[in-house]
Amino acid sequence: MSDTDMTDTEIVAVKRPARWHILVFLAPAFLVYTAVMILPLIETLRLSLFNMIEGQLAFVGFNNFRVLFSDPRLSADFWNALGNNVIFFIIHMLVQNPVGIAIAAMLSVPNLRFAAFYRSAIFVPTLLSFVIVGFIWKLILSPIWGIAPGMMDWVGLKWAFAPWLGKPETALVTVSLISVWQYVGIPMMLIYAALLNIPDEVLEAAECDGITGWGQFWKIKLPLILPSIGIVSVLTFVGNFNAFDLIYTVQGALAGPNGSTDILGTLLYRTFFGFQNQMGDRSMGATIAAVMFLIILAGVSLYLFVIQRRMRRYQF
Amino acid sequence: MTRILKGMLFATTVLAPAGMASAQTAQLTIESWRNDDLPIWQEKIIPAFEAKNPDIKVTFAPMAPTEYNSAVNAKLEAGTAGDLITCRPFDLSLAMFQKGQLASLNDLPGISNFSDVAKSAWTTDDGKTTFCVPMASVIHGFIYNKKAFEEAGVEVPKTEDEFFAVLEKFKKDGNYIPLAMGTKDQWEAATMGYYNIGPNYWKGEEGRKALIAGTEKLTDPQWVEPYATLAKWKPYLGDGFEAQTYPDSQNLFTLGRAAIYPAGSWEIAPFKAQADFEMGAFPPPVKKAGDTCYISDHNDIGLGLNAKGKNPEAAKKFLAWVASPEFAELYANALPGFFSLNSTPVKMTDDLAQEFVSWRENCKTTIRPSAAIVGRGQPNLDLEMWRVSANVINGTQTPEQAAEETQKGLDSWYKPAK
Repeated sequence: MSDTDMTDTEIVAVKRPARWHILVFLAPAFLVYTAVMILPLIETLRLSLFNMIEGQLAFVGFNNFRVLFSDPRLSADFWNALGNNVIFFIIHMLVQNPVGIAIAAMLSVPNLRFAAFYRSAIFVPTLLSFVIVGFIWKLILSPIWGIAPGMMDWVGLKWAFAPWLGKPETALVTVSLISVWQYVGIPMMLIYAALLNIPDEVLEAAECDGITGWGQFWKIKLPLILPSIGIVSVLTFVGNFNAFDLIYTVQGALAGPNGSTDILGTLLYRTFFGFQNQMGDRSMGATIAAVMFLIILAGVSLYLFVIQRRMRRYQF
Repeated sequence: MTRILKGMLFATTVLAPAGMASAQTAQLTIESWRNDDLPIWQEKIIPAFEAKNPDIKVTFAPMAPTEYNSAVNAKLEAGTAGDLITCRPFDLSLAMFQKGQLASLNDLPGISNFSDVAKSAWTTDDGKTTFCVPMASVIHGFIYNKKAFEEAGVEVPKTEDEFFAVLEKFKKDGNYIPLAMGTKDQWEAATMGYYNIGPNYWKGEEGRKALIAGTEKLTDPQWVEPYATLAKWKPYLGDGFEAQTYPDSQNLFTLGRAAIYPAGSWEIAPFKAQADFEMGAFPPPVKKAGDTCYISDHNDIGLGLNAKGKNPEAAKKFLAWVASPEFAELYANALPGFFSLNSTPVKMTDDLAQEFVSWRENCKTTIRPSAAIVGRGQPNLDLEMWRVSANVINGTQTPEQAAEETQKGLDSWYKPAK
């Protein structure tokens, strides 16, 4: 375009000067993200293809992965951790998200008294440090100093109390439920926001058609908040398969008893950094991290490319 | 914002010269896992050294015990570790020396103050090079509440039958938890359980060396029986012991709610500080009266020199002092329960510590079986023993299964020299 046809500028898209400010504003986030997330990720993936051979870091191709899946001890640990992680995720999906949706649905009932208070109270644990949450729950459930045995005694349930965190059968469920308790605020908030977004006209129209109460929730509200539930599920998936902190604070790095609460995060920690007399193995740790990354990538891709595309969206 | 600015100005103007001034004296940092001992180092040991060597400033920098090994390895590899490295015994420190991270201390003045046995934990397999100054050993046994024993009218048990009779008596009376131990942290079950009572079964050094030589296996009866005995402890542990942590056990005992505590001598100082009742100690009971007793007298702590440290001369001075009888006496009395390995006999004032150390006279001593040579590979035998010991007490594994599992793990990498 030449400078002469000034008259056209109002019809044809204006040729604006280079919009540097976009780059400038993006740069800090981009640089920080690259430096602390993307580069370490690439470096981890690279490290998983290397191993120490006679004191030298050497390229070994996919040998680390072969060892991880074929070594009887490592693979047993890995499958155990993956299995536990799946259970951990299932418990979150079955308890955390339905409870979150239920609370959000109750909160969005108009005229509910103290709604703001409940909303904050339920959200507060999410803001607490996992160290505090882990420590508090360890104390509550402690058979020696805890208040759980005493409180269960008041209501005649003393017989039902057990040292849940110390038994292989119950430890994983207990830790999962502690995590659910902490994070139930997140699905609640997201679903609550989605529920508030449903226009009143839609609900009024439903009422005119005689759809109220439960029917209204199942037939009108639930389909409208499905995209939010999808997002919540993906967040739960990513969060659970990256989980480490709570298990570490409650059960320690050994994730006992007998490895029954060992998930991929704790296995990665022990392998990468070592524990007590077991030395850290960087390459094998990176291999586990790479596998975790692939699992999460697969899960998220499944959601993005298969589920989300089929989800119906409604425009108001 | 202005506050930050002011802070930065303050830091660069006022603090910087202070930093420069101290740069003229040599700074030494001790890497350690003994965070419980921080006050003792700061108040007693370091001042004693600095009084004699005013040009050397020493900092004791401890971290969590379970993270120490990997953290200090990472620091050594990155070149950020302190000049002095607290040494775990046997294979872990040996690996550091072989990587060239620890310096040889053969020519350190004072290293001759230690016997070969004392140095064995920090000497190469050929016995030629020592790379850490031995500091202390710990002894396993049982600490008991004297008041509880008087109330129940029981005597200190000498044999295993007596031991279980005492436990049964406490259980019947119901005033005390017979044994203060939990399985949640796993290491107590092995360290205070299996390694504590085991030497009586596998005959101390005899069994340990046979295991290394491959003439005995962990599935042999003398290695399985201690698990069976541990399993018999279960009814005498407190309610919910499966979720009882190590600090829980310590508190149960020092609060006077438990009668017997399966212990390591390192508990003496903290217990003395917290318990307001008289305590006694007894060695692991033998099977039949008159049997030779064996105790675990485990070389536990040494101090080594970072081969790439910044102040090797000052660090050597400190190490020579650590090797001296003066340090031995100071350390053994400041930390009763950490027994000096120095050849010069040390006078200890603590009666409980005296009791522990007196067992050396009648009993044969040994070290933890998983520490030397068989503790080098993957899976780590020590960690395996933690796990199966806890399983056996929890009742989720039989003693035979536990032994089989550890032997299988050992077989997977360890080939004894034939």
